[in-house]
Amino acid sequence: MRNSASPLGEPRGICLINLENVAFNYGGGDLLSEVSLRLAPGSFHFLTGPSGAGKSTFLKLCYGDLLATSGHVTLFDRNVRDLSRDEMALTRRRIGVVHQDCQFLDHLPLLSNVGLPLTVAGKAVQDSDIKDLLTWVGLEKLTNALPPSLSGGERQRAALARAVIMGPDVILADEPTGNLDWDMSLRLLALLVELNRMGKTILIATHDLNLIRQAKSQVATRVLRIAKRRLQLAGADL
Amino acid sequence: MIKLPAILSDHGDGVVPPSGPTAWLTTATAAAMAFLAVFALALALASGRLAERWSAALDRSATVRISAPVDQLALQTAAVLEVLSTTPGISAARALDLAEQQKLLEPWFGPDLPLADLPLPQLVEITEGSEGYDRDGLRQRLQAEAPGAVLDDHSRWREPLAAAATRLRILGYLSVFLIGATMAAMITLAARAALAANSQVIRVLRLVGAKDDYIARAFVRRFTLRAAGGACIGTVFGMAAIFVLPAQEDAGSFLTGLGFQGAGWLLPLLLPVLAALVGFLATRTASLSNLRRIT
Repeated sequence: MRNSASPLGEPRGICLINLENVAFNYGGGDLLSEVSLRLAPGSFHFLTGPSGAGKSTFLKLCYGDLLATSGHVTLFDRNVRDLSRDEMALTRRRIGVVHQDCQFLDHLPLLSNVGLPLTVAGKAVQDSDIKDLLTWVGLEKLTNALPPSLSGGERQRAALARAVIMGPDVILADEPTGNLDWDMSLRLLALLVELNRMGKTILIATHDLNLIRQAKSQVATRVLRIAKRRLQLAGADL
Repeated sequence: MIKLPAILSDHGDGVVPPSGPTAWLTTATAAAMAFLAVFALALALASGRLAERWSAALDRSATVRISAPVDQLALQTAAVLEVLSTTPGISAARALDLAEQQKLLEPWFGPDLPLADLPLPQLVEITEGSEGYDRDGLRQRLQAEAPGAVLDDHSRWREPLAAAATRLRILGYLSVFLIGATMAAMITLAARAALAANSQVIRVLRLVGAKDDYIARAFVRRFTLRAAGGACIGTVFGMAAIFVLPAQEDAGSFLTGLGFQGAGWLLPLLLPVLAALVGFLATRTASLSNLRRIT
């Protein structure tokens, strides 16, 4: 058994996502090793590191899309290995995920895509709620547009709207500004900061250091870095 | 006011993209299978009726065949009739005349056979009473009174015919079962192909918290409706084809009797229901097992 590394993030108290001495590999050598992290409610984290370092893999571990090769991943006080497939689905409703490629159903209009989490959960879809949400992300005029017709920025904002429609406790964003210009990146960051002020826990994987610096000027953040398979606190330059 | 598309708020199969032109293949295959199943069912029912008819026709009759020198034939025939008239369980017995024997042999030898010049055995037709008679006892009495008389109770013919008809009936039902199994296999393959083609859709649904049951339902409903719809079409065409078959006649009675009678016409109507059930179970099983593997 590996020696437990010191958990980053929140050292004590309630945590929503807890990784304890986690390792992961895709069949070869470990991509991540001895990774520990506690995400407390209301915290704002950035995850950075070079391409291929394992940022996306780390996020997938955080919402149960991948299972750790070793160590323990706990989501809302439940070990992911103990969760049935249905329980995992219910857990994912508490975690909003914004993917780099957004992942929409291309045959459905934006309105249906944003409302999809409510639909699959069997909850009543309130038209006004979706309209408010689309207005909040600046897409109120595109409710009937199909995802392929949206620009990169519009898709990212739509993905954020879909991620928050269930009122999740945690929002995980994987390179959310990867395809956006600076102005659009700032707009998306502003939305995420606003969500954090509403009490949501945010974890953003990005290699955009300027975005991180911009966020630090607005909200208290911790910056984590994946380097040499380990998760570390980033230096003071960030 | 913003409204979600109805397709999203009803049964959930709108989350899966339309299947395009390949969708009709499942329907067409289900139709073809149902069409064949109608015929297999008709075959099974007709075979059952045939087995019963043959058994009933031969069960209450028997024949005594008297082979004797010409000068003794009349004497032995009289003796046989006397024995038969005193045998309990036999309601009637009569010797066939030349014209009747001529008619029996006509299909093989033609109408101009000079029967009077041939040493043919005399046939005596027996009609059995409802209580039946003692076959072994009758044989012994005939042997004693008329040594050239042989009792033929038709069991030689009846049993193989009835057995053949019974086997044909079993084959008919087996065919219906195999058609159902083939339909299940076909729908399973189609469902798996659809799941594989929509792996990205499934991934998105899992990402936003959809349970396996919700995802499977989208595919199950679609394939169940296709199977049922196709089976309806195939059943209607199959029943129409059976309906226009020639009416049953004595000559070639099996082929012309291949159809449904009375309430039997209701049986094919179960095929779409069975097809829907097969479609539902096959797709649900395939979906849930595939979902466990691909997500």
